[in-house]
Amino acid sequence: MTMKIGTGDFKERVDQGIHDSFMRGAVAGAQERMGTRRNDAAEELGNWEDWRSHGEEIRQHVLEHLDYYLQQLSENIASRGGHVFFAQTGEEANQYIQDVVKRKNAKKVVKAKSMVTEEIALNDCLKQAGCEVIETDLGEYILQVDDHDPPSHIVVPALHKNKEQIRDVFAERLGYQKTSKPEELAGHARLKLREEFLSADIGITGCNFAVAETGSFSLVTNEGNADLVTALPKTQITVMGMERLVPTFEELEVLVSLLTRSAVGQKLTSYITVLTGPREEFDVDGPEEFHLVIVDNGRSQILGGEFQSILQCIRCAACINTCPVYRHVGGHSYGSIYSGPIGAVLSPLLGGYEDYKELPYASTLCGACTDVCPVKIPLHQLLHKHRQNIVENTGQAPISEKLAMKAFGLGAASPSLYKLGSKIAPAAMNPFTQGDKIKKGPGPLKAWTEIRDFPAPNKERFRDWYKNRDKGGNQ
Amino acid sequence: MKVTLFATCLVDMFQSNVGKATVELLERLGCEIIFPESQVCCGQPAYNSGYVRESKEAMKRMIRTFQNAEYVVSPSGSCVAMFKEYPHIFKEDHEWGLLAQQLAEKTYELTQFIVDVLHIEDVGAQLNGKATYHTSCHMTRLLGVKSAPMILLNNVKGLEYTELPGKEQCCGFGGTFSVKMAQISEQMVDEKVTHVEETGADYLIGADAGCMMNIGGRIDRTGKPIKVMHIAEVLNSR
Ligand code: SF4
Repeated sequence: MTMKIGTGDFKERVDQGIHDSFMRGAVAGAQERMGTRRNDAAEELGNWEDWRSHGEEIRQHVLEHLDYYLQQLSENIASRGGHVFFAQTGEEANQYIQDVVKRKNAKKVVKAKSMVTEEIALNDCLKQAGCEVIETDLGEYILQVDDHDPPSHIVVPALHKNKEQIRDVFAERLGYQKTSKPEELAGHARLKLREEFLSADIGITGCNFAVAETGSFSLVTNEGNADLVTALPKTQITVMGMERLVPTFEELEVLVSLLTRSAVGQKLTSYITVLTGPREEFDVDGPEEFHLVIVDNGRSQILGGEFQSILQCIRCAACINTCPVYRHVGGHSYGSIYSGPIGAVLSPLLGGYEDYKELPYASTLCGACTDVCPVKIPLHQLLHKHRQNIVENTGQAPISEKLAMKAFGLGAASPSLYKLGSKIAPAAMNPFTQGDKIKKGPGPLKAWTEIRDFPAPNKERFRDWYKNRDKGGNQ
Repeated sequence: MKVTLFATCLVDMFQSNVGKATVELLERLGCEIIFPESQVCCGQPAYNSGYVRESKEAMKRMIRTFQNAEYVVSPSGSCVAMFKEYPHIFKEDHEWGLLAQQLAEKTYELTQFIVDVLHIEDVGAQLNGKATYHTSCHMTRLLGVKSAPMILLNNVKGLEYTELPGKEQCCGFGGTFSVKMAQISEQMVDEKVTHVEETGADYLIGADAGCMMNIGGRIDRTGKPIKVMHIAEVLNSR
């Protein structure tokens, strides 16, 4: 699976994450900053809950009529001279793009940030075709310079690095000699990237939302790099996930507003660009040739099923920025380019349970993600659905757990068994009990008591007390 | 007013003091308590782990147990949230779905019941010292009970309240998460305990047995001089 990142199993990755104090400092700081900004931006709008409901309705409507809007979009792009390719798999998308690159005899591609191209591992495929690929989003650029370190966040891909680490990477790889001030670092990257923009043959972008009615697509950025990617090279390729579209500009406005506020706590980002097809007669810039690659890659399997709502996602990362698990383990622990709650739901769907069966359990089901999602995806419920699927349909649940749960089913359903169980518990736990605490428990309690005390079962249960009290008639 | 107590399995077995305080408090406020012996566990541990079929048996048992109750009250937000989830779980089963709906509608978390049904905001409690309060995730997010505990705590004489930094963050309990993902859970509960310490509180008050066992267990293990109390115990202090 191409969206897969890192090595080792889940536990090893988590272990690495937890012991990376730089990363954890950076993530905790970012979560606090972005969380506060998001809250302020949502509050400022006044009726945030109404906006969320509206966003949800729009996304649901699109998903219900996806074939209609995709066709409308394709026709409108074709009528303006653009090419549309519908790729069922990542390989098909990569093949198509590779063919364009070859036909154009392209040697250099500049790219704006795009998660779907990460998902299909487009860069690797372009490199194989002998083409140089330059990421122009600052975060992506840093990662690329740092020997292709994978992204750890869908909006801020280099979130796991602090500015000192970035300075070191630049110093080592680019001969950078200035300080770790963000402006100086960005200035250096800008100088380097300018040359690349001017000499690139093809520009590749992702797509925040396509607009079906006009055949347009939008890009939401803070750096303006996407505008250069689309303005300078002669050929442009835009890659979009199959579900990322809206009917008209009216809905675009609502979703962009939800996106920028949820993602970065801004009313609007510095650049919101809407482009429609290739350059026309009186345009001063823009590509001569335009391709839109629409990627399915497993999405139509999700459509119509119990996980459909995950396709409402607008990739704002608000769920990631609020997730207490992400906060401690970082993005790389998820083993997928999609991390945090959205990743824990989406990665098993796109990449399979084999690789991602732990992710749905990496949550306390605290619901913080569901609370912030601007399009009201019930994320914690979807995580629970995954668990149910894993238990009931995949045979991947551990046998010991299955037995324990079976016993639970029996015990909890039968008051007499339950009563007996809870009555003998203090005696059963006696060997492990010190005072009123268990400090080193057996079985599943072992993991608990490695870090915390567990209360010893009460010798007089509540129900015993209640009964005795009743008998004593002192009510 | 007749109140049927849903004690929860954790309180029954591990925190009987919380059950006692709940009974005494509600009686003092004029309620008559009924405790049906046939109650078991709400099914949450199995349900949340994905064992839906297994958990349904426990749920049916609970639905039957409380079928004739007028009000069901429980000192645990998370378990009440589970009752509220029953109609959704049985939505394809007409008979049980209907019964589940009835149960969900008449079930209240303790503080919610006192403030919204009994319309009492000052229970006449007194506890001297500095306290902070952990707002449990299921209680606030799933159940939507946010203000009732604060209203009641604010009226406890002698109690000096300090807000917990990062109060909306999960403590890392999450039922089986605490043992399945023990490593991550540890980081979460540690951060929570650090925040509790920062407030300088003598008491950490909570309204959910699971979270309290988690945070309390870590506080005890690390030897911090902070007493963990259930809100029922606080409101029952005089
Ligand atoms: S799931 Fe919701 S909160 Fe998370 S990235 Fe998608 S839209 Fe944003």
